[in-house]
Amino acid sequence: MPKDPNIRKVLVLGSGPIVIGQAAEFDYAGTQACRALKEEGVEVVLVNSNPATIMTDKDIADHVYIEPLNIYSVTQVIEIERPDAILPTLGGQTGLNLAMALHEDGTLAKYNVRLLGTSPESIRKAEDRQGFKDCMEEIGQPCVVSDVVENVDDAVAFADRIGYPVIVRPAYTLGGTGGGIAYDELSLREIADRGIHLSRVGQVLIERCIAGWKEIEFEVMRDSAGNVIQVCSMENIDPVGVHTGDSIVVAPTQTLANKEFQMLRTAALDIITALKIEGGCNCQFALNPDSYEYAVIEVNPRVSRSSALASKATGYPIAKVAAKIALGYTLDEIPNAVTGKTSACFEPTVDYCVLKIPRLPFDKFTTASRTLGTQMKATGEVMAIANSFEGALMKAIRSLELNVRALRLAKLEDLYTDEIEDLLVNVTDERLFVMAEALRRGFSPRKINHITKVDIWFLERFRNIIDMENALTRCKGAPDADTLRRAKEMCFADSYIGWLCGMQQKEVKALREQYGIIPSFKMVDTCAAEFDAETPYYYSSYDGENEAIATDSGKPKVLVLGSGPIRIGQGIEFDYCSVHSVWAFAKAGYETIIVNNNPETVSTDFDVADKLYFEPLTAEDVQNIVEQEHPDGAVVQFGGQTAIKLAQALTDMGVPILGTSSDGVDAAEDRERFDAILQKCGIPRAQGKTVFTVQEALAAAHELGYPVLVRPSYVLGGQGMEIAYNDRNIEEFMRIINMTVQEHPILVDKYLMGRELEVDGVYDGEDILIPGIMEHVERAGVHSGDSIAVYPPLHLEEKHKALILQHTRNMARELGVLGLINAQYILYNDDIYVIEVNPRSSRTIPYISKVTGVPIIDLATQVMLGRKLKDLGYGTGIYREADYFAVKAPVFSFEKLTDVDTGLGPEMKSTGEVLGIAENYPQALLKAFKGAGLRVPKRGGRIIATVKDEDKPELLSIARGFYEMGVEIIATSGTCDYLINNGIPCRRVNRVSQAHPNILDMIGSGTVDLVINTPTKGRRQDTDGFHIRRASVEHSVGCVTAIDTAKALLMVREQSRSEQLVPLDITAI
Amino acid sequence: MKAALILANGTVFHGRAIGALEDRVCEMVFNTSMTGYQEILTDPSYAGQGIVMSYPLIGNYGVNSEDNESGRPWAEAFVVRHLSPRGSNFRCEDTLDNYLKANRISGIEGIDTRALTKILRSQGTMNGMITCAEHFNIMDVLDKLRAYRVQGTVERVSTEEAYTVPAVGEAHYKVALMDYGMKRNMAQCLAKRGCTVTVCPAHTPASQILAGGYDGVMLSNGPGDPADNTEIIAEVRKLYDSNLPIFAVCLGHQLLALATGAKTRKMVFGHRGGNHPVKDLAAGRCYITSQNHGYVVDADTVDSAVATVSHVNVNDGTVEGLLYRRPRCFTVQFHPEAAPGPMDTEYLFDRFIASMGGTTNA
Repeated sequence: MPKDPNIRKVLVLGSGPIVIGQAAEFDYAGTQACRALKEEGVEVVLVNSNPATIMTDKDIADHVYIEPLNIYSVTQVIEIERPDAILPTLGGQTGLNLAMALHEDGTLAKYNVRLLGTSPESIRKAEDRQGFKDCMEEIGQPCVVSDVVENVDDAVAFADRIGYPVIVRPAYTLGGTGGGIAYDELSLREIADRGIHLSRVGQVLIERCIAGWKEIEFEVMRDSAGNVIQVCSMENIDPVGVHTGDSIVVAPTQTLANKEFQMLRTAALDIITALKIEGGCNCQFALNPDSYEYAVIEVNPRVSRSSALASKATGYPIAKVAAKIALGYTLDEIPNAVTGKTSACFEPTVDYCVLKIPRLPFDKFTTASRTLGTQMKATGEVMAIANSFEGALMKAIRSLELNVRALRLAKLEDLYTDEIEDLLVNVTDERLFVMAEALRRGFSPRKINHITKVDIWFLERFRNIIDMENALTRCKGAPDADTLRRAKEMCFADSYIGWLCGMQQKEVKALREQYGIIPSFKMVDTCAAEFDAETPYYYSSYDGENEAIATDSGKPKVLVLGSGPIRIGQGIEFDYCSVHSVWAFAKAGYETIIVNNNPETVSTDFDVADKLYFEPLTAEDVQNIVEQEHPDGAVVQFGGQTAIKLAQALTDMGVPILGTSSDGVDAAEDRERFDAILQKCGIPRAQGKTVFTVQEALAAAHELGYPVLVRPSYVLGGQGMEIAYNDRNIEEFMRIINMTVQEHPILVDKYLMGRELEVDGVYDGEDILIPGIMEHVERAGVHSGDSIAVYPPLHLEEKHKALILQHTRNMARELGVLGLINAQYILYNDDIYVIEVNPRSSRTIPYISKVTGVPIIDLATQVMLGRKLKDLGYGTGIYREADYFAVKAPVFSFEKLTDVDTGLGPEMKSTGEVLGIAENYPQALLKAFKGAGLRVPKRGGRIIATVKDEDKPELLSIARGFYEMGVEIIATSGTCDYLINNGIPCRRVNRVSQAHPNILDMIGSGTVDLVINTPTKGRRQDTDGFHIRRASVEHSVGCVTAIDTAKALLMVREQSRSEQLVPLDITAI
Repeated sequence: MKAALILANGTVFHGRAIGALEDRVCEMVFNTSMTGYQEILTDPSYAGQGIVMSYPLIGNYGVNSEDNESGRPWAEAFVVRHLSPRGSNFRCEDTLDNYLKANRISGIEGIDTRALTKILRSQGTMNGMITCAEHFNIMDVLDKLRAYRVQGTVERVSTEEAYTVPAVGEAHYKVALMDYGMKRNMAQCLAKRGCTVTVCPAHTPASQILAGGYDGVMLSNGPGDPADNTEIIAEVRKLYDSNLPIFAVCLGHQLLALATGAKTRKMVFGHRGGNHPVKDLAAGRCYITSQNHGYVVDADTVDSAVATVSHVNVNDGTVEGLLYRRPRCFTVQFHPEAAPGPMDTEYLFDRFIASMGGTTNA
């Protein structure tokens, strides 16, 4: 069936801010879908609150609304744009839920907007627990014994019938939020209560626990003619019980014989057929390892994280094909972009092994529980491709950037064997390494399988790796050619081989070159070489034919290094920068080569760059590509810290770094060199010291005077950074910092409490262009990534702007910047102090590019190629300010991470961000709050306020403001007394340690709109504040932990009205 | 032990020996299936051939006694990148390597199977030899390779005696299944639909079938060049000239085409795998099919007065099925019985059952 001619204008919903369970994969899917729609001549209207995405670019959609993803704003967009149809299945669960809500409330019918692809009835059937179960029963697909309940007592009654343990799954939530395994009534009551609360429809599913079964996934597609295909099968190494987003996943399945495989494949196709899905669908199964018994665990009637992985694992563009199916095409009418000859109606077959490992945030949240369960905790993931499982595993481990280069975690080596055995029981992000350590201690795969239920086949692959380590260790010097070849075929890094056999990395490399063991690159082509393919998508191997023939296009070649897995502090924004840089280089006539290992991203879509190498981002892996391609230059300033870290290595390989040199990077990070530059330019900064030991840190703090900022150098997102108010804090922070070996000194700075400002600039060696200055709502001390940032600045005098321009230009000049510079300042005592400078792209680039209309990455790229800003059409100096306001607000994923303190400080904790744009500041801020999901209390509402003593004076005006607006203020004794003594009526509530009902019960009662709680010092978790903050998160009550954020909320309530908000098409401004 | 694979184009791959350590000359073909190696090895259509698995991790789930598609493996040789030394699966009874050894199949592992697949894809299926000899004269080997041709295979793989596969449950139909190299699941697909299946040797005269009181006849898959089977084709023609319902698969489909005046031709590298899209032209629907064939019916030679093309391959447009003007007679090139591969077209067996509806004995 050809495309439906009545679909001329389509509304696409994005997935909103990056949170755990919903990350960059939806930017990838959405971007691909938008491009597919435009390719068909369809006018695309996009709504997404996330400014860091590529999909919200003007060149991806025709009309872009960076607006809160709620019924109100999307209805307004529909009113303005009058689209013919809406595409609901590409914006994750957020997009799907919103589209369903618009359908249910009649908005779509009112405006005559069609839901494209899968029908609402089908979506409801797939999403509603009971409806789904009934449907599965009809077609004879077994589900796990389960029941949907709406209250805790019913949950307990049902569990009593089917027996413990039981799994609790809330309906309509992201990444299984609020779910868990309950082993007894007590834990069931707690988990079920939370789940019912978090579910959009107040339902949870209680099901038989089949932990230990194999978890198998299929990505399947269906079109309107009923054609069905399976795109990719995946097997979780971690058996059922761990969320698939937190599982190590291999594709295709490895331990299923044809019979089991076809049984589940047929089941998946029967399910997508029964649900009448038109597009992509993910089916998850549990398979009893000892029989053919299986059960359907979950079905997602939309593109998902797994479909992004499946697309990258096979080369099959699921989102693009789903978009075309939605327009009416059938699979056999859609061309296969990979072969250029065949159609999309086929099943990809691969001739390699793909492994995904999730990236968990426990390096950042050191106190969080590492236990993995049904609630997803990973922020991102890496993927690796090799022609053996062992190779894929070794590559994936290197890609994680966790200072681990092999299947070996040093800290486990000091444990007793009993302890290792104990650790095997609990599934954590480290269990892979625990299993390896157990094998090293002589545990048999059978024994480990007995404890972990991990299939013996996988355990034997781990043991192969360990056997190879032992073989290398036995060499005690240069290994023979055969051993070395086998080690390289398992993708052991030269550095690791060297470490095992007592050689330098360089010696290993020289030796293998002498033996003729050099990497070759293989193509990902969807068809296992059955057809001639045109995909420039490669992975390395160590045997046979090299297919990545270095092309001689006559064009200069540039290597763009991506940013690896998404983690807190290094998110999707760096993928935005990498992709834009590739496009800018292509426009400038370059052949572009990108290296990255993150399957969720746009940059790893094979049609973004001229060539894609899906490889770990380590010096050695990149060197293989360099020796293959001989690029004329490399770009590191767009790929975050991951790429920057490779600058020196690339320089050593003789690859010119385009833009700022590695020396410039070093000068910005090296305390003494940077201080010298500041001194030369006359730029003030807070006094500071570099230290290594606790004693030195204490001495430095005493000399500077408390409070001081303590942080390691060369880190992401303020990792390990804290404000210390006393010696005890210093001792505690230093202990945490020193838990990981520090190659670089630790910085101790005087803490200045002022207004924080941030700029991104492009410097061409002579001139600078600053597209915009951002002002943070929270005073210095809250990490810039967690602060609300306002553009243009509200309180900045011209003289301060001039100072910022001057300082940024001078620092750029002295650091030898060519391209991007990001600088953070404090306005303190009427002067501008520098906090830090990064000669690279920053988190704010996508946001500021969009709101100013200055194509920052494009300009930076051109500048790197020698062009001058004055010739590029955007002028120099500070770019003219927009006549509207744009507010970026952080978004957190605390509900997924138990035991993490939600209090904000110098260490970044947010996973994503939203943007609010409006003609005035209060409205922009209101949009940002709404986008971030924060409820602003209204008349008749309730606020709980408990703040530290330092913040009490400032709380007064906030509390008074809300009180006068008719909001009830509730506080525990200290704060309550203070407010009452200052004439603000306030209701007293018991403290955490006092009798029930206390403050925690109050938060849990669902009658409170907002909690204002500012953390007392330190990282201790036994404080009342910690429990108050966690209780707020767990009961979905907004919790503000900086006094400035609370002020902003009051201002919004006083000066803006929801009903006055109007959506803005940013392509028009 | 080291081993080498020498191709007729002179390419030599060096790897490690697996299975039987004997020299073996055969026709090298590649299969892109990611599971089902045991079914593939025991598919008689591979008689005389060496199979290259394009998927690199083979042997992961071992072997078992349930997944054989015939009494023994028929392939001559097996080429993989990584052979799993042990299998892990609840049905696993032995390792694949032991199985290859026990069945005297020579093999090689540790070679770049992708590069090999690309050679076969671009230069076409060609003969090859696997040897464990440290030294060999390449010219002598190439002479051997030139001399080799897959022939006489149908006779070799077909059953010597007719035998019966009882219906599962109540028996409704009696079907003669001509065994040209039949896969067991073909008989099973019929049996579980209430057919009592008589598996007949390839050279069973048509007269015997026509006198056997069957409700229908099915022509199986099988190895080799279909045009070699002149005697069988003559008997197939006699079956065609009767009014017995006919359903034919793969070689059977080609034999019937040849018997009715169409021609077959050898493909460059054939279709072998479990992911081939086929369009059912009447229904307008596409199905993913299991395939294993190196010859194909030439569409231009099909007389529209005799048959029309009912199914085509979505990738290359080749003939995948014929619907004959003669009542109750249809054939497909792909394998609706799967084993291994997708079971999406098993409904064709239902169609065959329906075609027998008028003449049922039940």
